[in-house]
Amino acid sequence: MKKIGDILVQEGPFSEIVIGNTAIVRGMIESGVKVVTSYPGSPTPEIAEATKSIPEEKRPFYFEFSTNEKVALEVAFGASINGNTSCVFFKSVGMNVVADSFVQLSMMELTGGMVVVIGDDPGANSSQNEQDNRHYARLSYTPVFEPKDAQEVYGMFLKAVEYSRELRSPVILRLTTHTAHFKQKVNFGKYIPKESYAEFAPEENGPYIPIGSNVAVMKRRALEKLKIWEKISERFVFFHNSKNDRGVITAGLPYLSLLEVLKENINRVDILRLGIIYPLPRNSIIKFLKEHKEVKILEELDDFLEEKIKSIAYEEGIRTKIHGKLDVEDWIGEYTPLKVGNIIAKTWPDLVQNAKEAPRSLRTVSRPPQLCPGCGHRPVFYVLSKLLSRHDISVADIGCHTLGFLEPYKIGQVLLSMGHSTGTASGLSLFNSSRKVVALLGDSTFFHAGLPGIINAVYNDHDFTLIIMENGTTAMTGHQDHPGKRIRIRKLLEAMEIKNIWEVDTYNSNLEKTVEESLNTRGFSVVIAKHPCMLKFTRERRKKGIIKVPQMKVTEKCTLANVCIAKFACPAFQTDNEGKVFVQTDLCIGDGSCRGVCPSGALQFEKAMKAGDKK
Amino acid sequence: MKFDVFIIGVGGQGIGMLSELLMRAIDYSGQRCVGVDTHGLAQRGGVVSSHIRIGEAFSPMVVPGEVDLVLALERHEAARGINFLKKGGTLVYYDTSWQPLPVRLGKEKEISNEEIERFSLENDVKVYRIRYKLPDVRMQNMALLANVVKNKLIPSLNFNHCLKAMEDLMTGDILKINQEFFLKTVNE
Repeated sequence: MKKIGDILVQEGPFSEIVIGNTAIVRGMIESGVKVVTSYPGSPTPEIAEATKSIPEEKRPFYFEFSTNEKVALEVAFGASINGNTSCVFFKSVGMNVVADSFVQLSMMELTGGMVVVIGDDPGANSSQNEQDNRHYARLSYTPVFEPKDAQEVYGMFLKAVEYSRELRSPVILRLTTHTAHFKQKVNFGKYIPKESYAEFAPEENGPYIPIGSNVAVMKRRALEKLKIWEKISERFVFFHNSKNDRGVITAGLPYLSLLEVLKENINRVDILRLGIIYPLPRNSIIKFLKEHKEVKILEELDDFLEEKIKSIAYEEGIRTKIHGKLDVEDWIGEYTPLKVGNIIAKTWPDLVQNAKEAPRSLRTVSRPPQLCPGCGHRPVFYVLSKLLSRHDISVADIGCHTLGFLEPYKIGQVLLSMGHSTGTASGLSLFNSSRKVVALLGDSTFFHAGLPGIINAVYNDHDFTLIIMENGTTAMTGHQDHPGKRIRIRKLLEAMEIKNIWEVDTYNSNLEKTVEESLNTRGFSVVIAKHPCMLKFTRERRKKGIIKVPQMKVTEKCTLANVCIAKFACPAFQTDNEGKVFVQTDLCIGDGSCRGVCPSGALQFEKAMKAGDKK
Repeated sequence: MKFDVFIIGVGGQGIGMLSELLMRAIDYSGQRCVGVDTHGLAQRGGVVSSHIRIGEAFSPMVVPGEVDLVLALERHEAARGINFLKKGGTLVYYDTSWQPLPVRLGKEKEISNEEIERFSLENDVKVYRIRYKLPDVRMQNMALLANVVKNKLIPSLNFNHCLKAMEDLMTGDILKINQEFFLKTVNE
């Protein structure tokens, strides 16, 4: 078996089929990055997976999952000003968490260099919005590389490190979901281990304290570096030129979508692709605009390039017709080949035909995501959906438990961001004496951003119930560890002098009574509803070679009350053509969390089977 | 030459492994390929898909209506996948039903094999419906892979390329069990 951890640290050069995220790790190794930090979030967690696949003694850099993205960024910053090249990576909305410290970076002399890898999520595949983080670049004077495929993710990472060290400047490598997961055979270079040095020298490289007159000094430094970055960006322009009247300016993955849909018309339009999208390569853009009568700006999400390119054209008195975004739809969703085809067709219908809906298609049934079989969150949602009236209020947070908002539980009616639930619930409980308020919070999020809201609820004496859904891992993003491994949540809550704390395993029959008691207690109360993540548990069980376990069966006692399907809703319960309930044996993990929910007691374990037995 | 494969199923069915195996096998067959998996909520019982593009392709993502081969690990997903096929394309699906919530709640009817069959006849789609007695449900993906090779559904791809790909990604008993089942199924 090929072990990716061994492959990544070999001397090279070599080539291997990998995704963009994995290619970054080889980039870190070759370029001598010393400190890497992160908080897990899609589409970037595979960077950590590849990192962790390298045995620690062979891994040439330090890695940690930090409490949240901001702390991760600060650890990487501290390493960099001490002369160690660093890299921090996180998902799109992680940018909001880091913002307070991130906006300061460009004013600092980062002597070791520092690369900020962000995974934007056009299409919101796994995020609560599709925010365009390019805006943060302008806000903070930070340059941005934008690769188009896995090979370029690796290549641009190396360049990002090189220039970052040279200019002692932060740099963003901006991935989107499908460049992060772009899979192809990537050609890697040679790895020659280098000695590192460490030296934090504030007198020599400072100031590092942005107070008073220092601020102008530091800001000037950032802006002067940005001028140099503009020159560098001229080295990352890529042309398709056939001397056409029409041209497209684009970047990243939408460029490949464009090539895909142009097909035989590929030589009827010129293309300028930008490898650095902030600051822009002004001279190349002026030249391209002047050489064409019409130019289409093809960019995913917001009109970031469009605004700047139009202002360049205005300043230079260029009369080229510039086509930007035409309607709201152009601002929404991922620029897949299908989408790009439709966008180009709106401007130049002779180049691309608008994709028609398939003339006939087969009926499909939507498949909303759901909690896994055996999930410890399910009993909590089941119980809450019984205890809360339609009038009561439930506040969701981020994690697997967000899925409670879906049918049939409908627990969780409002969501902002990581850890918002306690603050939002506090506000909802004001001037409200008749409706119960329940906030939900995951255990990883408890540490990430949940603590300030909890402390606030204690300090300001708010009246609501917080249910901490403790499954012992950061499950949604692939089971990364979190501080709960060493710090007990209950002890922290007790230290905050919270009077009403209950702790209960969610498989336990007194779950309902416990939750009910907490709901009926005035003031701020907390239920720690624990059960280990069963997806993680079943995977570990399989690794031990345990494949067949006794599963549940629906006995003849079944009266078709349908509670297991319509209220408890474990996906393993299905109905056959005659409406009879049965257990889908592909899915049941034999956890037994459903046993108590059947009013007629029809759910029982089947007899234990030996491996290889017929189902 | 361009040949598009679209793989679709439910989170937890081993779509990632199937896609990784296929890409490596295609690489061993000497053909260029690019691809992408959908991740995100993948493990939470939602739809998971993977795109593999062989030959002259730019984007890692297929264009709906232009796909040559769809591999589906489940019946409802076969229905979703068949709509990605071009005229004259091929669908291979594993005939198991992991009922989506609207079906379980009785709001919609389960997709039937007859529906898929009827649609494929009307739309010039070749369909292979497969189902095996497996020692482990997690081997449904291997059954699909074996049927791709057995019926020569991907140009230039043979069983040796797949065996080598398996050696890249598996070890010990798991490798042995999967290779044995794969070969047995190919030669049936």
